[in-house]
Amino acid sequence: MATTYRTCPSSGLQFENNAEKLMRWHAVAGVLWLLVGGITALLVILTRWPAIKLLPADEFYLILTAHGIDMIILWILHFEMAVLFFASSTLLRCRLATPKLAWLGFWLMVIGGIVCNVAIFQGGSSVMFTSYVPMQAAPHFYLGIILVAVGALIGTGIFFATLVVAKKDKTYQGSLPLVTFGAMTAAIIATFTILSGAAILIPTFFWSMGWIKEIDAQLYRMVWWGLGHSSQQINVAAHVSIWYLTAAVVFGAKPLSEKVSRFAFLLYILFLQLASAHHLLSDPGMSSEWKVLNTSYFMYFAVMASMIHGFTVPGAIEAAQRKKGYTNGLFEWLRKAPWGNPAFSGMFISLVGFGFLGGISGVVLGTEQINMLMHNTFYVPGHFHTTVVVGTTLAFMSITYILVPTLFRREMILPKLCQIQPYLYGISMSVLGLVMMGAGTLGVSRRHWDMAFSGAPFQYEWPGAAYLMMGLTGVFGVIAVVGGGLWILLVVGSLLFGKKLNGGKVSDKPTPIPLDTTAASATAHTDKDDHVAVPGTVVLALLLLVTFVLYYFVNWKYLSEVWLLS
Amino acid sequence: MSAILPPSNRLWWKQPIDKVEWAWIGIAFVWGMIMFVMMVYWHVFGKQNLSNEVYKTTPEMFAAKAEKFIAENTLRTETDLNGQQVPVVKIPPGGDGFLIARLWNWYPILELEKGQTYKIHLSSMDYLHGFSLQPVNINIEVIPGYEHVVRMTPTKSGTYAIVCNEYCGIGHHTMLGRIYVK
Repeated sequence: MATTYRTCPSSGLQFENNAEKLMRWHAVAGVLWLLVGGITALLVILTRWPAIKLLPADEFYLILTAHGIDMIILWILHFEMAVLFFASSTLLRCRLATPKLAWLGFWLMVIGGIVCNVAIFQGGSSVMFTSYVPMQAAPHFYLGIILVAVGALIGTGIFFATLVVAKKDKTYQGSLPLVTFGAMTAAIIATFTILSGAAILIPTFFWSMGWIKEIDAQLYRMVWWGLGHSSQQINVAAHVSIWYLTAAVVFGAKPLSEKVSRFAFLLYILFLQLASAHHLLSDPGMSSEWKVLNTSYFMYFAVMASMIHGFTVPGAIEAAQRKKGYTNGLFEWLRKAPWGNPAFSGMFISLVGFGFLGGISGVVLGTEQINMLMHNTFYVPGHFHTTVVVGTTLAFMSITYILVPTLFRREMILPKLCQIQPYLYGISMSVLGLVMMGAGTLGVSRRHWDMAFSGAPFQYEWPGAAYLMMGLTGVFGVIAVVGGGLWILLVVGSLLFGKKLNGGKVSDKPTPIPLDTTAASATAHTDKDDHVAVPGTVVLALLLLVTFVLYYFVNWKYLSEVWLLS
Repeated sequence: MSAILPPSNRLWWKQPIDKVEWAWIGIAFVWGMIMFVMMVYWHVFGKQNLSNEVYKTTPEMFAAKAEKFIAENTLRTETDLNGQQVPVVKIPPGGDGFLIARLWNWYPILELEKGQTYKIHLSSMDYLHGFSLQPVNINIEVIPGYEHVVRMTPTKSGTYAIVCNEYCGIGHHTMLGRIYVK
């Protein structure tokens, strides 16, 4: 098969020609959707900021629908396709399976994304990202999402096929690298997710065409969340893989234990999808037993997996740093970390923000009874901006600082601004999430145009603190948009004007992963020599636990103070 | 760079797990179990649990029951800010009350007494709606075709708002209802 392989001189990564082109195109498509999503984000923020209230109601709901679809589906899925091709073809140093089909998948995603956006901007499909029935969108709204899903399913299939190619061509020895293993769990979850999506969106499309008379609103919510929440688990598996990847590239960090990390990924496959039940905790259609079982037994095993990764990723970094001699005190390894390297700083803010803000708020939100305090309030978008944005998007942004020089062969422009960007974006987005959760705790609704209820039959005045929180949401939202815009500017600027870098040697055969990497570390084969204690990570993990426990019980206290319900 | 290379020890699954890692896994597991037990505990001893009493219904059936309830229990009518007459309906203590969610209002106004328990039937006539009682902050999804019977006991008197917090179209922000607690 006619293809070539290029070995990047700076990173040693080997890119196969087809995979490289696909990764670039997917990344570029993702960035363009992020741009649209960012512009819509600004409009949403400026409308929900009570002092500004920019858009009229109809435009607000239209723009909010576009923001959800463009960010959570189009930006993230395109980038994830690039991650899947990287984790298979590049890390395993083999050719990408069926590149023609991969291009078909790419174009389906592009066309589907455009079709869906056309439907939204025509104005008849302001049904939000969740498109709950019986509110109906135009048929091409659903059709667009279905096309994107088919394209993504093709990409996922190609990932699996590429793993088979690598095995058959013997381009690596032993087991898959951890990052590829993590990407594989993402791909397995993606397959489940996309099938759930098909199970609900195809009938909904038929319903919008008039071919099906009715879809039960509760059933829709249950099956739709099989898509809606599981797709966030793809993101988690993908961004945790990127954390390991960044730790490996920046520090040469080894996982503390391959067994533990892989087991934690495995837990994601087994249990995370069932966590979609936590969207239905305040619904009439499911029993308490169903809710408790799905959110505890199942979700808590997934929570355990995230807590394990939250320990092993910084633990791996600490071990690597201590081996380099940063052994003073508990935290010299962290103080002396390369905070000026945006790939690291972004990854670390993503890790901490995802754990402390996204993780804790998610579990509290997902507790059956406590959910009644927060369901559909502004707390919910506050929570998922700290998981999907601080967690996933920031991880994707930070890995781009590594990908632009290696994959696109361009030097990043304006290195000082590159250093600032992860802090600007990560910190403002984290604070944004916090103040959104604050407003939600005070009862403020999500997806709501007017806190003053103009035109309503009665009056209700939110507490002053709620207005303060919404004002802060406006301020930090705008800063976050600036931080995101800066990233787009830096990446697009670097692709267009960055100094061209040497692409490295091109060959028409793949160079397999040399066996000596295995042999070299085999000198430290006995685990005793290899073992490094990670006391700093232990302290960080305990801090997380204490915060978690306190916040969890504070919410039970809040709950005990409301009206009695039975 | 081991996370992006095959594990250096090919028999990685035989490598022992460090004590600290075991401890953390144990802590995470125990914490998960505590959180599980808390939900069950609250079902037994807690005073705030969402009712499981739910019936399949249709908008017509539910509206008919609600109209009957309103006809039998209306105390007075009030003129709202839009000039509409809205009935204020007193639910007999311990009795059943009906609240209709529809585009874009909560109907009727309910009147309750502090410390009494009421069975409030919730359903939607059209799209999804969100029952968000403020400033108490209790939030329940309201779904067409499902009649949810929620037992509520107000603990403080006052005037309460029902905000709709599930997006239901262009008039969503005007969907505000009222409950009086005497």
